[in-house]
Amino acid sequence: MSMDLIINILSATLVAGTPLLLVALGELICERSGVLNLGQEGMMLVGAMAGFIGALTTGSLMWGVVAGVAAGVAMSLLFALMAVTLAANQYAAGLALTIFGTGLSAFVGSDYVGHTVDGFTRIAIPLLSDIPVLGPILFNQDLLVYASLVMFVVVYVFLRYSRGGLLLRAVGESPEAANANGMPVLLIRYLAVGFGGAMTGLAGAYLSLAYTPMWSEGMSAGRGWIALALVVFATWRPGRVLFGAYLFGVASILHLVLQGFGWDISPELLAMLPYLVTIIVLVLLSSNPTRTRLNTPLSIGQPYRPSR
Amino acid sequence: MLSLERRGVDSRLMRYGSPVLALVLTVVTGFLVFLLLDRDPVEGLRYFFITPISDRHGWAELGLKMAPLLLCAAGLTVCYRAKLWNIGAEGHFLMGAVGASIVALQFSESTGFWVLPLVLLGGVVCGALWSMIAALLKTHFHCNEILTTIMLNYIALNLLLFAVHGPLKDPFGFSFPQSAMFADSALLPMLIPGTRLHIGLLFALLAAVAVGVIFSRTFIGFQLKVLGEDPQAAAFAGFPQKRLVWFAFLVAGGLAGLAGASEVTGPIGQLVPQVSPGYGYTAIIVVFLGRMQAVGIILGSALLALTFLGGEMMQIAMNLPKAMTGLFQGLLLFYLLTCDAFIHYRLRWNAKAAKPVAPASAANTTLAGQER
Repeated sequence: MSMDLIINILSATLVAGTPLLLVALGELICERSGVLNLGQEGMMLVGAMAGFIGALTTGSLMWGVVAGVAAGVAMSLLFALMAVTLAANQYAAGLALTIFGTGLSAFVGSDYVGHTVDGFTRIAIPLLSDIPVLGPILFNQDLLVYASLVMFVVVYVFLRYSRGGLLLRAVGESPEAANANGMPVLLIRYLAVGFGGAMTGLAGAYLSLAYTPMWSEGMSAGRGWIALALVVFATWRPGRVLFGAYLFGVASILHLVLQGFGWDISPELLAMLPYLVTIIVLVLLSSNPTRTRLNTPLSIGQPYRPSR
Repeated sequence: MLSLERRGVDSRLMRYGSPVLALVLTVVTGFLVFLLLDRDPVEGLRYFFITPISDRHGWAELGLKMAPLLLCAAGLTVCYRAKLWNIGAEGHFLMGAVGASIVALQFSESTGFWVLPLVLLGGVVCGALWSMIAALLKTHFHCNEILTTIMLNYIALNLLLFAVHGPLKDPFGFSFPQSAMFADSALLPMLIPGTRLHIGLLFALLAAVAVGVIFSRTFIGFQLKVLGEDPQAAAFAGFPQKRLVWFAFLVAGGLAGLAGASEVTGPIGQLVPQVSPGYGYTAIIVVFLGRMQAVGIILGSALLALTFLGGEMMQIAMNLPKAMTGLFQGLLLFYLLTCDAFIHYRLRWNAKAAKPVAPASAANTTLAGQER
């Protein structure tokens, strides 16, 4: 295997892992506050659709990204209204968000199928991109890949070193105790859900403006669900989310790699790989349930209504 | 200030009124959507909800779409009553369609009466086997069923695509990705002559009634309900939890598999990639809307079948995207869950008067699947 091929594969892995990383980082914050939002797939589709239409109508990719993020936030606030304010079952509310988002994006986006935009292009960072091997992989990517790495650092530092991160974790572990200490539990949960929506909207915009600069119905192809599995796999730790996102990134480009080697496997069978890998990873993970239990935010999935 | 207060007793009125309220809100929103699109809203709503069922043919088409929805929903009801969040009906359905097609294509020369039952059995078995994967992953590997079933849905879709592009492809089909047409002996008899309505609808109604009987008359139904309400109580009572999980998944898989088999041996007559417009996902809405009860899911499946017909009518009569179906379905579920909040809570002015409330009934598993 030549060096160039390896570099190409790793570079493509980074690209394929980016939407997963963005969604998973957002959902990580959301779940750390005790709210499980299963609506990622729906939010991502709406973000992709809004981002694409935004970029197409304004002619500006940045406005497209803004539209994608805004759409993600709007969707997540709908979810928060049900799951946080109205204390609805979070599983059902998340499923509703996915079904609604899939329908909404297909309906609004149907006039835009077949259009294309000039998507984000790679920007080589001067000097750094000249580093052998690492340079072309890490420092010759598009703007949103860099943004995802910046967001990783932000989330990592926020959770580990900031007071806000401590508040967030406290609410996720015990909303009752947090409330007793005067923390605004519902507000913190709203912010966490909204942040998750913004990140998922951004991931959607990444799909329709950079990964494949076009809009098509259901284009996220289960990435929202894979990202949810990724958060469990990462046991709610940002570092493991980063590793996992690129692991799944490899799985989703493996068919291109194998075709590159001239393997003659049906493309339909190869397209199963990311989903199969997700199941296998879940199985391996569950071989050690204690590890998962220790890291699970204690109040996850439980609606909370403050008593005062 | 407006605040939510927990009711002492759940509201019976809201439990059964909520689906009606949700439908009203959905229609009102639909009205606004048509206004927003600069179309006549009254005409739009008439085309969506009334025109599709304004004649005998329309009612037959409604029954045709009801059958797969109701079969999937009946199976999911068994799972959801036990709070097993199986969202794999779409996958069970697709595998049922593939399984039935494999059998049907084996007997393309046979004319015996036994061909059809064998073909349907193939669908049931394939659907049930597919659901067993998720059941096994849940009972023996503690994997969360939501994530595994959704992944299995995507895998099933790719298996279907593989089948129609490869082993099951019609050798004389001009390279279209579809199987050969089935022999007449493998096709479901019609219920109403002159229409496409086949006896699959009878299977579906029977399944809904059977599920109703399971939960009102049998011990296993009682055990499933207890497992859903309070897993610790189920464990304390010594109920065979794993066996109950397997039972629920097998029923869901078998019925959705039968739905898939009825679809390929009914209106389609061959295996095609677009065998399902999302019946398995829509069935989830049917279950919630139907309050997990036999009569409810029958009515719910009729309403959601209508949204499929309405979407098609939108395209034909008003040149609007067919995707309106998904929009209405999503809105309906959204409003339903919102209205459902008022089963347990009531609105109160003046927050100070609100009494302390206990947290609402909590979900009992985490994503990783540990019972707590």
